Amino acid sequence: MAPPDRPATSAETAALLARTPAVIAPGHTFNSVTDTISHVVLSKRTPLGWFLGFAIAFGLLMVLNMTIGNLLLTGIGIWGNNVPVGWAFDIINFVWWIGIGHAGTLISAILLLFRQQWRTSINRFAEAMTLFAVACAAMFPLLHTGRPWLAIYWLFPYPSTMGVWPQFRSPLIWDVFAVSTYGTVSALFWFAGLVPDLATLRDRAKSGFAQRIYGMLALGWRGSAKHWQRYETAYLLLAGISTPLVLSVHSVVSFDFAVSVLPGWHATIFPPYFVAGAIYSGFAMVMTLAIPLRKFYGLEDFITMRHIHNMTKVMLVTGMIVAYGYANEAFFAWYSSAPYEEFMMYNRMTGPYAVFYWSLIAINAVMIQLFWFRSIRDNIPLLFILSLFVNIGMWLERFIIIVTSLHRDFLPSSWEMYYPTRWDFGMFAGTIGLFLALFFLFIRFLPAIAIFEMRTIVPEAKLHPTGHHPPGGGPALAEDHG
Amino acid sequence: MAEFDSPGGLVEAATQARLAGYRKMDAYSPIPIEELNEALALRRTRLPLLVLVGGILGCAGGFGLASWVSAIAYPMDVGGRPLISWPQFIPVTFETTVLGAALTAFFGMWALNKLPQPYHPVFNVEAFARASTDRFFLVIEATDPRFERDATWRFLENLHPVGVSEVAP
Repeated sequence: MAPPDRPATSAETAALLARTPAVIAPGHTFNSVTDTISHVVLSKRTPLGWFLGFAIAFGLLMVLNMTIGNLLLTGIGIWGNNVPVGWAFDIINFVWWIGIGHAGTLISAILLLFRQQWRTSINRFAEAMTLFAVACAAMFPLLHTGRPWLAIYWLFPYPSTMGVWPQFRSPLIWDVFAVSTYGTVSALFWFAGLVPDLATLRDRAKSGFAQRIYGMLALGWRGSAKHWQRYETAYLLLAGISTPLVLSVHSVVSFDFAVSVLPGWHATIFPPYFVAGAIYSGFAMVMTLAIPLRKFYGLEDFITMRHIHNMTKVMLVTGMIVAYGYANEAFFAWYSSAPYEEFMMYNRMTGPYAVFYWSLIAINAVMIQLFWFRSIRDNIPLLFILSLFVNIGMWLERFIIIVTSLHRDFLPSSWEMYYPTRWDFGMFAGTIGLFLALFFLFIRFLPAIAIFEMRTIVPEAKLHPTGHHPPGGGPALAEDHG
Repeated sequence: MAEFDSPGGLVEAATQARLAGYRKMDAYSPIPIEELNEALALRRTRLPLLVLVGGILGCAGGFGLASWVSAIAYPMDVGGRPLISWPQFIPVTFETTVLGAALTAFFGMWALNKLPQPYHPVFNVEAFARASTDRFFLVIEATDPRFERDATWRFLENLHPVGVSEVAP
């Protein structure tokens, strides 16, 4: 039995909705919401822009294939990293992509637990973004092993013929478990959310082929009350499980650095600082994707200014935490009085890579202050450009952390510069291609916005609309609620 | 099977049907409606308990794996430190706990719901295609002890539905 305060809670939610409108434009019904979103997928006409965008993404994807082909034939010597900078683009891009993925889980899980209704229209494609970003991320450490098919025994514990087992005290193994769990749980969460929408597509598809494909994927979902009850329970549980998971993943990623003894890496601030950075860059990517998506598919009614504003605010807050991290690093370099720490900071600020350091400060600490202004938050084209800059800024942050600490460590005789090669850039551009290509396919074949969740926020979904119902139902319901 | 055009109508109808003594019924809706749990007197699901068990198994499995590998399968003495250096097994243990719980939540939910299920009689009703868009359905099954074809039909018609139809098995 539901607790007696249930109706009060939904009334409060309704009151909250009334005060902060525009999670969804007014005037929408079950039917119009379903129509608008499923039309994007079920329509026979594919917009020309889609082909154009997909062609570019596909071209970059081919660059990825070429790079990987050369990498496997020649070896990782084609990359620029070498002693002392043994980790470079492969780990920079890994951290960058994983970080981007984090916003998807934050939106789908943490905001669900906090009952933030504005998450509803952006969670589906943000989760898709997470999945694709994790796929791109996982490629880097795997290929950095040079011979991934031989490297499996370093990564996963299985009874290999050599009798060798992985080292469970190593953060790199923690990383394997964290990222593979994260990828799996994100996929489950995403698919679970899709099933009722796939059923909708099955019921609305005109062509027999589409009906069959969506029908199979929908698993025979029929919206039974008992099913919904278990479904909602499972969804809430998955959200509850994903919340500590997402925080743990980037913490574990930061352990790769923090557990070492290198100046600039060996810092206790790393886990929270990395998690905040991940959410910050992830929201920037959600914005980068959402702005063109709502424009080209006419989804402004669902992804409203409210969403844009809220995302900007989240970026402002997490960006400030990241800026605090920078300040903290500089402060501790000075306060520790450890010569290596001091030199690390001095080298970052004035060394050969100083221009990147100051660019990232300019973007992540200074530029984001623009988000305080409402006029900026209302300016969509500008926000799109700023979100691209945030993506760049967070990439530079990882570059600075990884390269400046490695290229000049304790012993000046082992100092060396790091320069990426064209294959480094090819691989990076290639994963962007993979990411975008997957995203283009996703918006064409699957509903980019959760239809059933959108239905729950239209006015029709309210159980007690005033004066809409035959009076007969009132007393029975009131009685039942106690 | 009776068809309604609002969640309120369905909840009200389900409540009336239960008060009239019908027990073997099911409701179908395009959105989750919490109030239906009460109206249909649905029991709470066992899923959270299963997820707890899954999480505990994942936790024990992860910690067990790390300990077994480090102490038995491939012991490596690093400066005389204990082989089962448990604080360093925590990250992996945490991740496997999450994995166990999440897999149980996902597969447990489908298993309890008996999905995937390729065929179900309700799909025989043409109007039911709208159950995934904007229509709400209440089904009283023929196996219900109080089910009488004509009486039940009349009962459903009295609930202000949009339409009533018979479900072919």
